[in-house]
Amino acid sequence: MNVVVSTIVLFVIWVIMTQSFDPQEMSVGLVVAAIISLMAPGVAGPEPRKWLQPKRYIYAFIYIFYFLYAMVKANIDVALRVINPKLPINPGIVKVKTKLKTNAGKLALANSITLTPGTLSVDIKGKYLYIHWIDVKKPDIEGASQEIVRGFERFLEVIFE
Amino acid sequence: MIYKILGEVLIFIGALFLFLAGLGIVRMPDVYNRMQTGTKATTLGAISLIMGVGIYHPQWIFKTGIISLFILLTNPVSSHSLARASHNSGIPLTKGSVLDRYAEDKKKGFKEEENDS
Amino acid sequence: MNSLLIIVFALVSLATILSVVRIFVGPTISDRAVGLDTATTITTAMIVLFSQIFHRGIFLDVALVYAVLAFLGVIALARYLEGGV
Repeated sequence: MNVVVSTIVLFVIWVIMTQSFDPQEMSVGLVVAAIISLMAPGVAGPEPRKWLQPKRYIYAFIYIFYFLYAMVKANIDVALRVINPKLPINPGIVKVKTKLKTNAGKLALANSITLTPGTLSVDIKGKYLYIHWIDVKKPDIEGASQEIVRGFERFLEVIFE
Repeated sequence: MIYKILGEVLIFIGALFLFLAGLGIVRMPDVYNRMQTGTKATTLGAISLIMGVGIYHPQWIFKTGIISLFILLTNPVSSHSLARASHNSGIPLTKGSVLDRYAEDKKKGFKEEENDS
Repeated sequence: MNSLLIIVFALVSLATILSVVRIFVGPTISDRAVGLDTATTITTAMIVLFSQIFHRGIFLDVALVYAVLAFLGVIALARYLEGGV
């Protein structure tokens, strides 16, 4: 099961990267993908079954647009702060708690936090993330988690858990 | 022809954000705030510029897509590791900072957090 | 090369100069590393801009390899700052 799923995943990546449907190239890709997944069955993650559930892809597709919207908003916010001659910042490092358990989910969450409004993840310890916030509104754990994490978690829970 | 105009607009927006990132890097008061502008504005600026080039020349769209995906995945990781490294090598936050939970918990040795995971 | 590309190139060059200013001014080594990180991302965008100006698709491969190497460089620098190996 592991081998089959990771072969499929690697083969799809191969086709996207080479951008050709030539039978010779595709057969080489299939052979290479099969060899790699025989040698390293863990390449598709600890639970490869997850790659075959279509619900995850639908949520990932919606998440892309949500993320782009948040990112553009973040950039306009940062740009306004930079242009403003008074430099209105109120920085600090807050601690937030996440419900995500898988490593891939935590990575995606930390990356999303870094790219969106005024927040930069500094470290992860277990369930907690330390986040540098350019304009601290809520210093306690609950409030900060509500403000920063919840919006992304709704999607990432379905995609990665 | 409409896609060429769209591509040029995207290229211009990207260049504008890259310029603002450079400005932010110079103006902000400490490492962490510089990283904020340095990461966010360069990521969006670079992606917008690169996808603009891809839309202007539609035969390049796959390759530009791969480059922007790579930037989107790696840029936050490198700034995250730089932020962690700066904090661990003892660089303080700027004067007007409100709080620093990371330093508080680092003094305690992260016992609670590791047990709670 | 039309006037829009000249403006775009001027903006991107200014951004590079500003981040190089941060690399020179410092004051700590982390500030220099942040300046370098920004400068490498801007350079990746600039190489793609070159391929737009000269109409050569081959520069896109250069940009991809440059992005990979710059990422590895910044990660190695962060490891060094943290005192690891």
